[in-house]
Amino acid sequence: MTAQIRSPIRLGADIGGTFTDIALEARGAMYSTKVLTNYTAPEQAILDGMDVVLRQAGLGYGDLDILIHGTTLATNALIERRGARVAFVTTEGFRDVIEMRTESRFDQYDLNLVLPTPLVPREDRFPVRGRIGAQGQELAGLDEAALEALAGRIATGGYGAVAIGFIHSYMNPAHERRAREIIAAKCDLPVSISSEVSPQMREFERFNTVCANAYVRPQMADYLGRLQSRLQEKGAGCPVFMIHSGGGLISVETAAEFPVRLVESGPAGGAIFAADVAQRFGLDRVVSYDMGGTTAKICLIEDFAPKTARSFEVARTARFAKGSGMPISIPVIEMIEIGAGGGSIAWVDAMGRIQTGPESAASEPGPACYQRGGKRPAITDADLVLGKIDPENFAGGAIRLSTAKAETAVTRDVGSKLNLAPLPAAFGICEVVDENMANAARVHAVENGKNISDNIMVAFGGAAPLHAARLCEKLGIHQCLIPPGAGVGSAIGFLKAPFGYEALASKIIRLSAFDPAEVNAALAGLKATAKGFVRAGTDGAIQSQTTAFMRYVGQGWEIPVPLPDRDFGPGDAEALERDFQAAYARFFGRAIDGLQDLEIEIVTFSVKAQDIRPAPERQTLTRGRVHVAGQFSRPVFDPAKGDLLATAIIPRETLRPGDRVQGPAVVVERETSTVVTSPFDVVMQDDGSLLLIRKEMVE
Amino acid sequence: MTDASPDPTFEIRMQVMWNRLISVVEEQAMTLLRTAFSTSVREAGDLSAGVFDTEGRMLAQAVTGTPGHVNTMAEAVLHFIAEIGRDNMFPGDTYVTNDPWKGTGHLHDITMVSPSFKGDRLVGFFACTAHVVDVGGRGFGADGKSVYEEGIQIPIVKFAERGVVNHFLVQMLRANVREANQVVGDFYSLAACNDVGHRRLIAMMEEIGLESLDALGEFIFSRTDAAVRERIAELPRGAWGNRLLTDGYDSPVRLACTVTIAETVNVDFAGSDPVSRHGINVPIIYTKAYASYALKCVVAPDIPNNWASLAPFTVSSPVNILNAERPAPVSVRHVIGHMVPDLVLGALAQALPGKVLAEGAAALWNIHMSVRPVAGGQGRRAEILMFNSGGMGARPALDGLSATAFPSGVMTMPIEATEQTGPVVIWRKELRPDSGGDGEFRGGLGQEIEIEPLPGHEFDFSAMFDRVGHAAKGRNGGKAGAPGLVALDDGTALKPKGWQHVPSGRRLKLSLPGGGGYGDPVRRDAAARANDISKGYVSK
Repeated sequence: MTAQIRSPIRLGADIGGTFTDIALEARGAMYSTKVLTNYTAPEQAILDGMDVVLRQAGLGYGDLDILIHGTTLATNALIERRGARVAFVTTEGFRDVIEMRTESRFDQYDLNLVLPTPLVPREDRFPVRGRIGAQGQELAGLDEAALEALAGRIATGGYGAVAIGFIHSYMNPAHERRAREIIAAKCDLPVSISSEVSPQMREFERFNTVCANAYVRPQMADYLGRLQSRLQEKGAGCPVFMIHSGGGLISVETAAEFPVRLVESGPAGGAIFAADVAQRFGLDRVVSYDMGGTTAKICLIEDFAPKTARSFEVARTARFAKGSGMPISIPVIEMIEIGAGGGSIAWVDAMGRIQTGPESAASEPGPACYQRGGKRPAITDADLVLGKIDPENFAGGAIRLSTAKAETAVTRDVGSKLNLAPLPAAFGICEVVDENMANAARVHAVENGKNISDNIMVAFGGAAPLHAARLCEKLGIHQCLIPPGAGVGSAIGFLKAPFGYEALASKIIRLSAFDPAEVNAALAGLKATAKGFVRAGTDGAIQSQTTAFMRYVGQGWEIPVPLPDRDFGPGDAEALERDFQAAYARFFGRAIDGLQDLEIEIVTFSVKAQDIRPAPERQTLTRGRVHVAGQFSRPVFDPAKGDLLATAIIPRETLRPGDRVQGPAVVVERETSTVVTSPFDVVMQDDGSLLLIRKEMVE
Repeated sequence: MTDASPDPTFEIRMQVMWNRLISVVEEQAMTLLRTAFSTSVREAGDLSAGVFDTEGRMLAQAVTGTPGHVNTMAEAVLHFIAEIGRDNMFPGDTYVTNDPWKGTGHLHDITMVSPSFKGDRLVGFFACTAHVVDVGGRGFGADGKSVYEEGIQIPIVKFAERGVVNHFLVQMLRANVREANQVVGDFYSLAACNDVGHRRLIAMMEEIGLESLDALGEFIFSRTDAAVRERIAELPRGAWGNRLLTDGYDSPVRLACTVTIAETVNVDFAGSDPVSRHGINVPIIYTKAYASYALKCVVAPDIPNNWASLAPFTVSSPVNILNAERPAPVSVRHVIGHMVPDLVLGALAQALPGKVLAEGAAALWNIHMSVRPVAGGQGRRAEILMFNSGGMGARPALDGLSATAFPSGVMTMPIEATEQTGPVVIWRKELRPDSGGDGEFRGGLGQEIEIEPLPGHEFDFSAMFDRVGHAAKGRNGGKAGAPGLVALDDGTALKPKGWQHVPSGRRLKLSLPGGGGYGDPVRRDAAARANDISKGYVSK
């Protein structure tokens, strides 16, 4: 190479519940560190971590070209209810939408059920006369005089933010916009309107989303302001971008206005990390599996892009039960999260069934084997009893683990209740947690019309390499990649995120009444919105993908149908119908036949815009030729054989690209261990990833 | 610590497969939710799904679903086995019925059962149930004089044999129902969801190397049976009675029961009023579903539903409104059926003082609207169904849940979706202040709903409401909840049952009942009272 083109120096910072992870990419190398999250001054932890990696790389703050940040602060504010006092202005007759929810109980049998408290209490919800109809027509004019009076009350009422949510505003936002003008004229408060934050049908979801946005807005704006000024003090003049829940980047200004879009941005980084691995290896169907201390997250990645959804539920209050949290309707990387992590506690229920989680031993007291006073068995204890973890070499030797304490805990809470010795009891615990994860993954795939066993798994997070092989056995998956840097996967993922934004709008159109001009106008508006956000971050070329969410008239669940990127003409309704039928058959096995004049309708349009990235250097998966044997071995329980087997123990750093080790084996490294069960071998890849591969798959 | 069992991994493998079966039926239910046409299924979750052994005993059931379907479906499969006959079952078959006495209590619920074959060996059955939008006849309402007026009756027949759909049945159906596409679409959805369950089950059996579900069934049933019986053994022995009055169609209906706790728990409904002339009668299968649901909530809420968890709960009754025989009209059997838990819990409260919640709104306030343009005008026609809930009774240490379905497990539909379905405007759907019964713990609030046809339209609606004449009673000194009201906005009072008219320009006003309070009101915490006032739950 004759000319050196300097690649930009990029830094990713992920604030998680326990740790703040920093990843720095400079001159082709990756530097990373973990520091404890600082709850009172989250920006301080970022600066502390930056000091570490910049020192490692021999760089200063001024050398950074870009900083990409994701944070769990917005999520935590919603979970812990530490947000602003919000005034919610809504349509007369609908004061209680966010309190009445779906009028159902998320647990059929629990008579002492407690439903989540609404984000905005009833006394702070203000109904105003005025009504838009289902077709966007005005049924009753907005009562502007009442709004003027209300604005005065809000101004002096001690509120920190205002949310406005009117019925059918996704069809016609005029009333919401006018109400914002009137309120903003009298109040010096941030005002969020539902037709901008979440222009989707279904009032409970939309109203809750706009309230959540208002709820976290002052806090996030303060935090982002402090972060920027501290960075400037340190001499970092580079732009700062935020990762959003859909997995793209937005400016700090946009984030401060729509902070609800930051919810779940950390896990989104993990999915992008996995998507990047998928692209490097050219894997078009991947399932990412991220298992940490308290939860496991599973996401489907197709053609190098994580699956996205239009709404999700945060802050589940009861054992991650569906319906026990609050809905947020924004574009989001769709993943399933269950209470299964290394710290999840195992117990036995009334039927003598082993259960795991969602309660977690966390870092204090930690699993029993940490010897910090924990008495109840965690997944880590079971892993230790089964020999999957080396007690002398856990977390780089930072914590010495006690196998005796782990056995005592496993016996006390599980073994003695089921008449099982410690080893089978520990096996039971691991089987149950692995089965729970497998079931969640399988159901998630079905909900997306996919077959899980067609995928290659990408596993990361501290606990995932211990469980990935068994999970693959259960799911019928043949190959699993464990990339290097898996411990700080989300922060690395941030560095790979595109400048991207998804704009959505509900617009109900029957194909029989398909009006190309109307659709073209709606899509042009969405494209302008989406590209506008992306343009704020990049001067490069932008690509966009348009999707219609469609269904048979009468159905309630829409499926995504990709649309061509061009204007529509009169003949296009037929083509759309064919595309829908094909997509429906892919999802549910067969299109519905035997129905006469069954209409098809479009419910929502989405435009996703993002900058075009150069594809990463392509790697080929190698199945390995050089068979390597371990120097040491210890007995490790093998689930398929149901017994302890002599198992090779191999340090990761001793493996060279192309080396293949026969399972059962354990590949050990500083942060974690990769367990290779007897149906698998493991192969070191050129980029340092480990590939778990079924024995029968050879070169 | 005692000796380990001879094959310790057997225990673990059985537990894992039990989990897997529950996951299989959850997938089955999810497929139904995703593909169904009727709002009652897709928005409200009025469905159930389960897997059964070759004897027709339920092994596992999806968490998604509502008790009225779940517990009835548990018995329905036995009828299918008896009527189709083992020799007449082939891979690719699906059987169907809407027989109220063999299915789930009214013609609107379609139950489908599919045998699951591994090779040519029968290994089990999948069943599912869903409420479809129309079955012809008089429509969803209480006005039929016999079941023959209530719609098309489908005896237990094959919907598909060896994978080939019975087109004669589909044609009959199309000719008999108002919304043929939606109904036929739902038939396909039901069949498809059993298919998903079957494929997952066979994949699991192949992966694990199972040839039958016998050993797994034995494991599930023995574990469940032991757990439920242990709970029953902790209850006091004896017999306790209760009775309550409901609105009925045009005159009050008395319901009575005796709960007897011994080795098992039996509920007898002797003393309840005779069969009604109107479609509010309940087949015993539905009565039993809600009686066992109520008992299970109190006795064994954490034990998963299967044949063994339901077996220790039995019912008996002479022929009466809670054990109506063919050809009694049963279309809105849910209104009286939803009262059964309050009835049974009232008896159980005497056996277990301090443990049982107060009465609540109980019956859903379902409304079916038939909207049309005014005579000579232009506009749209539509059939619209809404599910709405009043307040739940206060609990022994908690206020009642406001506007929340109990005992039913269904959800409401978003009003924005309802207004997209047809030409109506819902002007109000919010909590109804002062409707929760006072007490140390307050009953849940009902809600207020106002519906007007869009200009140029009018509608008829089928009222299926209760607790208008008979409020939800409090417990342990708690006060009754507010009764419901049905009226037009000009003050015209309307009836709680039957088809009625709302002219163009008028609003239908529904005030849904509140739940009863628990405990003496003087014991209510001052902070709780202040909170009720500041939030406007209570006006003074």
